[in-house]
Amino acid sequence: MSGRVLVGVKRVIDYAVKIRVKPDHTGVVTDGVKHSMNPFCEIAVEEAVKLKEKKLIQEVVAVSCGPQQSQETIRTALAMGADRGIHVEVSGKDYDSLGPLQVSKILAALAKKEEAQLVILGKQAIDDDCNQTGQMTAALLDWPQGTFASEVSLEAGKVKVVREIDGGLETIKINTPAVLTADLRLNTPRYATLPNIMKAKKKKIANMKPADLGVDLTSRLEVLRVDEPPQRQAGMKVETVEDLVGKLKEAGKV
Amino acid sequence: RFQINVRTCSSVSTPRITTHYTIHPRDKDPRWEAVEMERFADEADVVIVGGGPAGLSAAIRLKQLANEHQKELRVCVVEKAPQIGAHTLSGACLELSALNELLPDWKERGAPLKTPVTEDVFSILTEKHRIPVPILPGLPMRNHGNYIVRLGNFVRWLGEQAEELGVELYPGYAAAEVLFHEDGSVKGIATNDVGIAKDGSPKDVFERGMELHAKVTLFGEGCHGHLAKQLYKQFNLRENCDPQTYAIGLKELWVIDEKKWRPGRTEHSVGWPLNRHSYGGSFLYHLNEGEPLVALGFVVGLDYSNPYLSPFKEFQRWKHHPFVASTLEGGQRIAYGARALNEGGFQSIPKLTFPGGLLIGCSPGFMNVPKIKGTHTAMKSGILAAEAVFPKVTAENPDSETAGLHVPEYGENLKNSWVWKELYSVRNIRPSFHNPLGLYGGMIYTGIFYWILRGKEPWTLRHQGMDAHHLKPAKDCTPIEYPKPDGKISFDLLSSVALSGTNHEGDQPPHLTLKDDSVPVAKNLAVYDGPEQRFCPAGVYEYVPVETGDGMRLQINAQNCVHCKTCDIKDPSQNINWVVPEGGGGPAYNGM
Repeated sequence: MSGRVLVGVKRVIDYAVKIRVKPDHTGVVTDGVKHSMNPFCEIAVEEAVKLKEKKLIQEVVAVSCGPQQSQETIRTALAMGADRGIHVEVSGKDYDSLGPLQVSKILAALAKKEEAQLVILGKQAIDDDCNQTGQMTAALLDWPQGTFASEVSLEAGKVKVVREIDGGLETIKINTPAVLTADLRLNTPRYATLPNIMKAKKKKIANMKPADLGVDLTSRLEVLRVDEPPQRQAGMKVETVEDLVGKLKEAGKV
Repeated sequence: RFQINVRTCSSVSTPRITTHYTIHPRDKDPRWEAVEMERFADEADVVIVGGGPAGLSAAIRLKQLANEHQKELRVCVVEKAPQIGAHTLSGACLELSALNELLPDWKERGAPLKTPVTEDVFSILTEKHRIPVPILPGLPMRNHGNYIVRLGNFVRWLGEQAEELGVELYPGYAAAEVLFHEDGSVKGIATNDVGIAKDGSPKDVFERGMELHAKVTLFGEGCHGHLAKQLYKQFNLRENCDPQTYAIGLKELWVIDEKKWRPGRTEHSVGWPLNRHSYGGSFLYHLNEGEPLVALGFVVGLDYSNPYLSPFKEFQRWKHHPFVASTLEGGQRIAYGARALNEGGFQSIPKLTFPGGLLIGCSPGFMNVPKIKGTHTAMKSGILAAEAVFPKVTAENPDSETAGLHVPEYGENLKNSWVWKELYSVRNIRPSFHNPLGLYGGMIYTGIFYWILRGKEPWTLRHQGMDAHHLKPAKDCTPIEYPKPDGKISFDLLSSVALSGTNHEGDQPPHLTLKDDSVPVAKNLAVYDGPEQRFCPAGVYEYVPVETGDGMRLQINAQNCVHCKTCDIKDPSQNINWVVPEGGGGPAYNGM
């Protein structure tokens, strides 16, 4: 099968950074904080590039929805081997309220526009942990979905996907075009090396707005408040079983 | 945790700690036999190692000159931090001299200078009290006219100015190796390889770094750069200067109770908790950027002699002094970090140029120690370097004896600049602390010779040898009883390290390399009780019992490293050699 793969990449706060809640409790501090490509998106890009290297598909297009800095994330995907990028510009309040439903609408519109054979996404983003965008995109397109993929193979117009599920592994075969979401064990992403970053500067990134795709960004969700998890209270040591039972009774647990 | 039990060639059974190829070369390693080691190479006019104040000032100045003279100039900056500013840490009070020269319209360009200094307070602390010291005009620590900045944000802004001018910035890529022409001149640098496993073997994702060749390479790695360390040896740059001496600076950012917030106020102290023979002191700056934010920190000279001293714990206990705790009570700590800084000043400036390259910024070291300011001089050195390099790299026929251009004009221009005059005038203040009265002798000296005579005394006091050689054996010293952190004002080491955002790819060779794996236990632990456990501000070094049998081994938690360079400086055996880890690793400072 020859064709185009659309890969979604999200710019998220780096996983090793300590998150701080904004003083007004409307969200977390992002200004100046180290960001990187969502780890599951890296795996998605790697899988797409691998398919291209095996000559099973022809072109990898990396998409990101977000502010100006999302272009850096697209550049990393280009350095890993994507051919061109699309930056869907969403910033300010729109970006604060951007969620899986709107992103899915954008990706669905792009998948149709680009006549993609496959849409490969990370299974979830590490900032919101929603795990919804892949599934919603497939539903909006009425395409089959292979989520939590730990192995992907293309065979004669179909995709065989080994999925990681609670009980173990499930193997399914789905028709293309399809949406796949990458799980941790799908592959080990390659590094974006400096020569490739330099070459990536010459690759094209198209700019567009959600309105250009006919997508309305109004969110149906309203974030009321963001708080830090409660501080872990110190435990206490007891000497005897009687003490333990006594303390449990005091706390109303027994 | 890293653990491979492999017998080394020494007679003592030591679990192998160091697997880095700089200690165990790959050309002799059978695991690397089949691996393609050729590197992709690219050419630039000027390559700058380090995207800090010096490196970015040089880059900006080069492009300004190129535009003025309508010349094409390819300037590439490589920086190990994942984004420009992420490895920057400083107090800081910025003096505007160099910035006004470089970008006089900095205000219109939106430079993050939002807090002019309004109040300058200097104290000598005792355990419970504070002796105020008037900062008379003329004393070096006077901050009138300066701005309190979050240097990381300032550096990020400099990066944006550089990119606008067409400088190619490559954060996330560390310069790992200096490249040489056949005639011995510097040809450029190679960036770090990626995809080497912890045991030193190649992974599937292994890729060589790339080579960046340049007519001239500017090295601006900051205090105690690892490539500069090699260059000093290679070109004998330190034969006519004193060894560099250092301090470690630890810093935190706190959001404090609004009632206690005094935007523009700077506080400095000396004295408690250090005794009069240990050089060091504190800073506390009230920023004015919206939130009631203070930047505070503690500096400890690394020439201390007691191996039981822990700079981190001195910092934590200093915060409990009533004068400091009153500001922090009810506040919340939001950031932590540490970095070594230069204290050698004038006497320690090495030869700055060599065929194919030159040294700028805190790497050779232009810090004005009594002012505790090095940013303005670092920037000026970058500007001067650019101005000296520009005519040479754009000349039709560069008259150079070597393939890599030699630019001795940079060194000469620096000698004729205000940087030299400034450093000369304060040259004797730091060394004056080495007297029987310690701190007080130093202050008296400063009062007489600097304040009155402006450093015009005809003598130059010398430094007392390398910091690493000042440590006394543990048996001759008294352990220090540090109070336990209270979790509100003072904190433990690991929760502090977490706030630095530091991280590294776990499966790579530790970048804290040991020349000899057996020395830590045989010497550092045996004679000095393992001082690296205490001077590392990130908990990288731990002596733990061996799994079977008796004895201890050194465990290196390389992932915690915050790239401060203190271990390379203070290791009494000088056995630790810090090299760059995979680019992008290290702290994730945000406006530090």
